[in-house]
Amino acid sequence: MKFTLSWLKDHLDTEADLDTVVATLTAIGLEVEGVENAAEKLKPFTIAEVLTASPHPQADKLQVLTVDAGTGETIQVVCGAANARAGLKGVFGAPGAYVPGSDLTLKVAAIRGVESRGMMCSIRELELGDEHEGIIDLPADAPVGVNYAEWAGLDDPVIDVSVTPNRQDAMGVRGIARDLAAAGLGTLKPLAVAPIEGPAPAPEIVIEDEAGCPAYFGQNVDGVTNGPAPAWMQRRLRAIGQRPISALVDITNYIMIDVGRPLHVYDRAKVRGRTIVRRARPGETFLALNGKTYTLDETMTSIADETHTHDIGGIMGGEDSGVAEDTRDVLIECAYFEPEHVALTGQKLGLTSDARQRFERGVDPAFLEDGLAMATRMVVELCGGTPSPVTRAGSPPVEPRFVDYDPIRAERLGGLAVPAERQAETLEKLGFSVDRSGESWRIEVPSWRRDVIGSADIVEEVLRIEGLDKLPSTPLPRAPGVARPTATPAQLIERKARRAAAARGLNEAVTWSFISEAEAEPFGGSAWVLANPISEELKVMRPSLLPGLLAAARRNLARGAETVRLFEVGRRYLGDKEHPTIGILLAGDKPRHWRRSGGRGFDAFDVKAEALAILAEAGAPVGNLQVLGDAAGVYHPGQSGRLGLGPKMILAEFGALHPRILKAFDLDGGAVAAELFLDAIPAKRASGHMRPAYAPPALQPVRRDFAFLVPADLAGGDLVRAVRGADKAAIVTAELFDVFTGQGVPEGRKSLAIEVVLQPTEKSFTDEDLKAISDRIVAAAAKLGATLRA
Amino acid sequence: MTNEIDPLKRDWLARIEAAADLPALEAERVAALGKQGEISALLKTLGAMTPEQRQTEGPKIHALREAVTEAIAARKAALEAAELERRLATERVDMTLPVDAGAQGSVHPVSQVMDELAEIFADMGFAVATGPEIEDDWHNFTALNIPESHPARAMHDTFYFEQRDQAGHRMLLRTHTSPVQIRTMQGQKPPIYIIAPGRTYRSDSDATHTPMFHQVEGLVIDKGITMAHLKWTLETFLKAYFEREDIVLRLRPSYFPFTEPSAEVDVGYHLKDGRRVLGGTDHWMELLGSGMVHPRVIEACGLDPAEWQGFAFGCGIDRLAMLKYGMDDLRAFFDGDSRWLKHYGFSALDVPTLSGGVGA
Repeated sequence: MKFTLSWLKDHLDTEADLDTVVATLTAIGLEVEGVENAAEKLKPFTIAEVLTASPHPQADKLQVLTVDAGTGETIQVVCGAANARAGLKGVFGAPGAYVPGSDLTLKVAAIRGVESRGMMCSIRELELGDEHEGIIDLPADAPVGVNYAEWAGLDDPVIDVSVTPNRQDAMGVRGIARDLAAAGLGTLKPLAVAPIEGPAPAPEIVIEDEAGCPAYFGQNVDGVTNGPAPAWMQRRLRAIGQRPISALVDITNYIMIDVGRPLHVYDRAKVRGRTIVRRARPGETFLALNGKTYTLDETMTSIADETHTHDIGGIMGGEDSGVAEDTRDVLIECAYFEPEHVALTGQKLGLTSDARQRFERGVDPAFLEDGLAMATRMVVELCGGTPSPVTRAGSPPVEPRFVDYDPIRAERLGGLAVPAERQAETLEKLGFSVDRSGESWRIEVPSWRRDVIGSADIVEEVLRIEGLDKLPSTPLPRAPGVARPTATPAQLIERKARRAAAARGLNEAVTWSFISEAEAEPFGGSAWVLANPISEELKVMRPSLLPGLLAAARRNLARGAETVRLFEVGRRYLGDKEHPTIGILLAGDKPRHWRRSGGRGFDAFDVKAEALAILAEAGAPVGNLQVLGDAAGVYHPGQSGRLGLGPKMILAEFGALHPRILKAFDLDGGAVAAELFLDAIPAKRASGHMRPAYAPPALQPVRRDFAFLVPADLAGGDLVRAVRGADKAAIVTAELFDVFTGQGVPEGRKSLAIEVVLQPTEKSFTDEDLKAISDRIVAAAAKLGATLRA
Repeated sequence: MTNEIDPLKRDWLARIEAAADLPALEAERVAALGKQGEISALLKTLGAMTPEQRQTEGPKIHALREAVTEAIAARKAALEAAELERRLATERVDMTLPVDAGAQGSVHPVSQVMDELAEIFADMGFAVATGPEIEDDWHNFTALNIPESHPARAMHDTFYFEQRDQAGHRMLLRTHTSPVQIRTMQGQKPPIYIIAPGRTYRSDSDATHTPMFHQVEGLVIDKGITMAHLKWTLETFLKAYFEREDIVLRLRPSYFPFTEPSAEVDVGYHLKDGRRVLGGTDHWMELLGSGMVHPRVIEACGLDPAEWQGFAFGCGIDRLAMLKYGMDDLRAFFDGDSRWLKHYGFSALDVPTLSGGVGA
């Protein structure tokens, strides 16, 4: 919402300077987004008279002028404007002046061999409008040598205020003035609008859609002359960025900005018969003033004549019935449209306008009479014509609204103690009526504040005018002692897992939660497709963390990265719910190192190691985890697995990625990946801080190696588990340390070597004990087809 | 006899000194002190001596034996030391060769800042709450006093799904962390002291906006909580987070449908080497939205606004990270560029603690 300082002073009697006004506006909740003064940038430009104008000796389209700019000397200026002539008074910029509309600084120059010491400017060059037909042609009485901007009344700062959606009243200069007056910056001038009526025939208005438009007041004016609006009005409108069009249009715009009251003027020559406020017909098309055609539906309020729609209620008028230069007879509309209704219609049509912004916030329902009188009066004053009586169809919702309020609330809720007297004073200045006779106050809310519904709103009014800078800082109550731990088990798992991953040399990335449909497809597709995605690339919620990491890896490798070790802690969005997950991706080549030999690519065991280490830190019982087959299809079928406590308790998937996926993500080298399902990690039983009792065994452990020949397709993990289970009391660990095929190992078999650690408890093992354990191990292994290697 | 001892000693000491290696030294030891050795033989002569002779010769011969024994031990140590030197010389390795330092891992700044927030607010008695990112429009809007036609709903640039929940509410991506307020108030009895950090979404994308970003919500519902507590909480939080005492807040009246009164919170900053540094009052920037929870919101959650009241605030986490750690490009947060992650990321051991300082 833009307005000028002088416009504000039409409504506010104040001595306050610009800085005070600006600071106060922001302090009371009308945030100033910018202040601009056209006069500031036009300081170097003065009124000058052209003394002589003669043809340029070298150029047909140029003239050589001599100019009197009130400096006491005659200045020679080369000028290309056709309207430059002796005796013209215009606006002169001397060398050194910055011309804002052309973005150049003037200097003494020779133009086609003739020296030019400045410039006579056009409207556009001074950023005062679009006109560039010739140089500015001022009235003959314009005083030479005087600062142009000052003389032209341009020294009027424009203030741009951001009005929050709750403040219907601040969408007009008068409402802003009222706020400033309440804040102590002067007094609000009275606004007296005398009704105006005349003998012209009154409009016929029928409201069929009372829900959308409870009230429609209209008045005809016959025999108007629609020329340009007066200069003062044009200047103000232009200053705030509105393009002056014609007196009739400018009057409605002016009143809308001035008092926040949108109006519409119809050319009656283009309308047939009665004005009908009805629901639009489904599929009805409407050519709006912005030149675009809209298709309406039966939920929208239309202002129509006997044939078709001329206005979308509260949003925009139609091209058909708009006023033009030749308009003679008009209907002025001052209506009340239901705010929610206007908002929904505007959203549906994707059409916004100054009128909609006001109607959807709510215009003052008690101002229809005055708003219409203001408009009619101004039309008659500026365009002539004869007014009609006012036709009032329907009635605006003006029932008084009351809020019960205890002034102690300012302190109890707002935290700021404000004397009751002062609160009442502030509220009254804002237009509230305060009845202090009862135990608690009964406050009548002004018709222009539909946002105020309860005592909290009253507290806000008091606080914002009093100044939030006065608010004390009061510590929250604090429980005695040291702060209590607050993290939930799920949060602790996530924190530990994240830092475990980082400690293992993985870099945490945060990638988009949405991916493309194509990226989601190999991961089973997405259960959640955005209806209004920002692009095809960010369209569906990810079913896996891997697509985002794969895309990030591809970008890294494309930038020349050698090794990519990424992880992400985030959610997978499945049909049932959102699942906290860690994704890990290793791609590219391992860095070369003089102590290492062999291939440089990552393999499934690299990522299995990461997965197990992170799961362990996250508190998963990794000792009990089994590697199960059947990882998702995005993995290499022979080099992947699921880590679980059973087929229904899967904690992670890992492996080399399927070549199909690598190709889809444009990763030439290999890549290995894992996903850890954090919400599948079983909760630890709360056992307090006390650990189970423990005394280190007094006796030394005994180590024994076993080499087995097993069927080539036997899973090593199965053999290890069988061995470990052979004697649960004596065997503390069984670790596979060698896998061998080749010389000495028959075809179809492989050799697996396992080191078993036996821990004696009471007494050392005898040879017989060891033999018995050893036999049990061999017997357990034999069940899997393993034979002890000779 | 006496005259024979001294030359003998000189002779043996010379022979020992001349032994070139351990075997040669051993041969000398046997020759001198072995069963058949010369000095052993000399010792045996003591038995045949008269007591007087033994009185004078005994000490001399023993002294000779001791001197030779010591010389052998000394020579042996020297030879062994030399031998060790020789062996060590052959074991020389180029110690300038690089070790395998392992890969440098990192924690994303957003995660780090979330941990910092959790730590600071835990000290003030706040727990961390979470909620779904795929929300329904009741939790995201209606319960927060943003009815369907409300202009604020349009301002939110919401991402929608076609799905509806069982109650018929349209599913969407939460546009703010505020629905966690609703879920928390519905799910637990007051007093409530929580923060809710997490991902949020708006269909907005330009140099300073990304369609996904991070917010933290704060909510206090208790008895007798006022806006003055809100101010203190924000001041205390920002001072702790930026680890500066000169943080100055400016509350400006504003509007959020779910708070009343509402305030935008500006924080003062100054420029240092062309970068914005928080602290002081040279300039102001908008950092938080806040206010007293709207009675309608409290009611919508099934609580009595006459009994319970409190405040809520919201703040961009990415922004907090940028202001503290100096990143200037929001888009880079979500690109996964390893170089950026290593530069702006944090060590696994940079766990924010109150005693160590929450900043890293």
